[in-house]
Amino acid sequence: MSAVEDVATQTAAVEAVPKRAMTLGTGTSLVVLTLLLVVPLFVKNFIIFQMTMLLIYGVAVLALNILTGGSGQFSLGQSAFYAIGAYTSAILMEQYDVNYALTLPVAGLVCFGAGFLFGQPALRLSGVYLALATFALATAMPQLLKLGYFEKWTGGVQGLVVTKPDAPFGLHMSQDVWLYYFTLVITVAIYVFSVNLLRSRSGRAFMAIRDNEIAASAMGVNVALYKTLAFGVSAGITGVAGGLGAIAVQFVAPDSYTIQFAIALFLGMVVGGVGWLPGSFIGSAFIIFVPNIAENISKGLSGAVFGVLLFLVIFLLPHGARQIATVGQQLLGRLRR
Amino acid sequence: MELFTNQILAGISTGAIYACLALAVVMIYQAIDHLNFAQGEMAMFSTFISWQLMQWGIPYWVAFVLTIAFSFAGGIAIERILFKPLAKAPILTNVAGFIALFSIINSSAGLIWDFTIKQYPTPFGSAPFLGSQLISTHQAGMIGVTLLLLLALYFFFQYTRVGLAMRAAASLPESARLVGINTSWMIALGWGMAAAIGAIAGILIAPVVFLEPNMMLGTLIYGFAAAVLGGLTSPFGAVIGGFLVGIFENLAGTYIPYAGNELKLPIALALIVSILVVKPAGLFGRHIVKRV
Repeated sequence: MSAVEDVATQTAAVEAVPKRAMTLGTGTSLVVLTLLLVVPLFVKNFIIFQMTMLLIYGVAVLALNILTGGSGQFSLGQSAFYAIGAYTSAILMEQYDVNYALTLPVAGLVCFGAGFLFGQPALRLSGVYLALATFALATAMPQLLKLGYFEKWTGGVQGLVVTKPDAPFGLHMSQDVWLYYFTLVITVAIYVFSVNLLRSRSGRAFMAIRDNEIAASAMGVNVALYKTLAFGVSAGITGVAGGLGAIAVQFVAPDSYTIQFAIALFLGMVVGGVGWLPGSFIGSAFIIFVPNIAENISKGLSGAVFGVLLFLVIFLLPHGARQIATVGQQLLGRLRR
Repeated sequence: MELFTNQILAGISTGAIYACLALAVVMIYQAIDHLNFAQGEMAMFSTFISWQLMQWGIPYWVAFVLTIAFSFAGGIAIERILFKPLAKAPILTNVAGFIALFSIINSSAGLIWDFTIKQYPTPFGSAPFLGSQLISTHQAGMIGVTLLLLLALYFFFQYTRVGLAMRAAASLPESARLVGINTSWMIALGWGMAAAIGAIAGILIAPVVFLEPNMMLGTLIYGFAAAVLGGLTSPFGAVIGGFLVGIFENLAGTYIPYAGNELKLPIALALIVSILVVKPAGLFGRHIVKRV
C-alpha cells in the first residue's frame, strides 16, 4: 500500500433526494391526516396506545431523517438524545411539578443544546468514524443515567414513574385518547416545521453539504455551522419525541434507551426511505409491528424471522417505502393524462 | 508501579481478542468498503460448528481446519446470495442488511445450540505464561496466532497475484475491471477471507469468554473500536489498535474512580473518539484527499 496520498472523488454516502420528492402532495397529506383524526374514535384503547407510539417513534425517525437524509450525516446515537428528552420531561413533571405540556419545549431545548455541542467534535468525523462516535454516545448514555451521582434526580437503575395526564377542559375522553390527540397535534406541528425547514435557506444548505461538502463550502455555505445545526435540530426533535414517549409509557428507566433502540430508529429510517419525510412514519410502523409479527410466527426463531422480513423489504425496496410512493405518483400522473 | 505493569499485561492479553476480531473487520472493510455488523455473529456461528465437530469426536486441529474451510465457503455464499443483489443499493440499505443478517444468525444459533454457556477447549493449555499470573499460555498462544495471521496476510497482499488483484479491486474498481480483474469475485473472496479470519478469532476467543450465541456482542464493539482506532485501511493498525483498546480499558477500570466494570466501555470509547478527533483516519490509516 503506497505512501502516496490517495485521492478519491467524493461520492455522497447518502443519495441525493430532490426537495420536492421529500414530502407528500397536499391531497394525500389531507387524506392521511383525516384518517389519523378519525380512526381513534372507532378502535380499542390498546390500539390507540400503539398509534400514539407509532407517532412518537415516527417523530424520532423523522429527526434522524433530517440529519441523514437532509445533511448526509450518520448517527447511531439518537437513543441518547431520546433518553435526555425523556428524562428531562420526567424529572420536571415528577420532581418539580411542571405541567406535562410545558416540559416538552424544555426537553427540546435541552436536547438541541446537547446535540449542538456533540456536533462540534463530530465535525471532524464522517462516515463510519462518525457512526462510531455516535455509537459511543448511545452506549454511554444508559450507564451515565445509572450513575449514583445523579440518582437524586434520575432515580438510578429503578427509573422514574410518570403520571399520565387527564384530558383538560372537562373533555369526555379517556386518558389514552387525549394523549393520542395531544401527540398528533405535536407530530403535525413538527412535521410541518421539518418540511419547511428543508425548503428554507438552511435546508438547502443541508442538502448542498449532503451532496458535496467541498462544493458546498466553495459556494459559501458555512459547513461547520450547518452541520452542527443539523445535529442540534435533529437532537431537539428527538428530545421532544423522548418527552412524549416518557408521558405515554409513564415510565423512564436507563435500560429502555440502549443501543438497540438507536438501531431500531436507524432501521425505521432505511425502511421508510432515507430523505423521504413521510416514510419516517411507515418506518416507525415497521419497527413497532414487525418484531411482534415475527414473534407470532415463531417464538424461538423470532430474530431470524425478523431478519428475513427485513431482507425481503430491502430486496424488494432498496430505496425504502419512498419507491412505492414514486411508483404510485407516476401511475396517478398517467391516469390524469 | 507493579499494579501498572500488571494492568498493562492484562490489557495486552484481552487486547489480543480485540486485535483478532479487528483484523477480520478490516479485511472485509478492505474488500467491500462497509463495516460488517454481522461479523461477530458469523464468527460465533463458525465457533459453534467447530464445537459441534469436536462433540462428534473429531480432533481439535482437524475440526479447526474444517471450520475454516466451511467459514470461507459460507462467507462467499452469503455474499453471493444476500449481498450481491444489494451491490447497487444505497450504502444505508446495505447496513440494514448487515443488521438483518446479525439477527438471523444470532437467532438460529440460539435455536440450534440453545443459550446455555459452554466450555471450549484450548490447544495451548491454561498454565501461567512465563510465571506471570496475568497472561496464561492460551493468551500467549492467541497473541502468537494473531501475529502469524498478520504476517501471512501481509505476504498474501504484498506478494501474490490474487492479493494484488484484491487491492486493485478495492481501491479503484473501474480501472481494475478494465485490466481484466473480476472485481465481483474479488469482493466474494474478501467475504470468504473475512469469515475465515473471523472463525479463527472466534475459536481463539471462545476459551476465554465461553461459547454462547451472545459471546460476540461485547467483544465486537471493542473489535470495531480497535479497527477504527488503528485505521480501517491498515491490518497492522487494526492489531495495534486492538492491543491499545485492551490496555485503555484495563487502565480506565483501575485508575478512574467510580469507573468499575460499567463505565469501562464508555470511557474507552470516549478516549477513542478523542483520538479520532485529532487523527480522523485512525492512527495508521491512510489520509484520503477529497476532490469535488
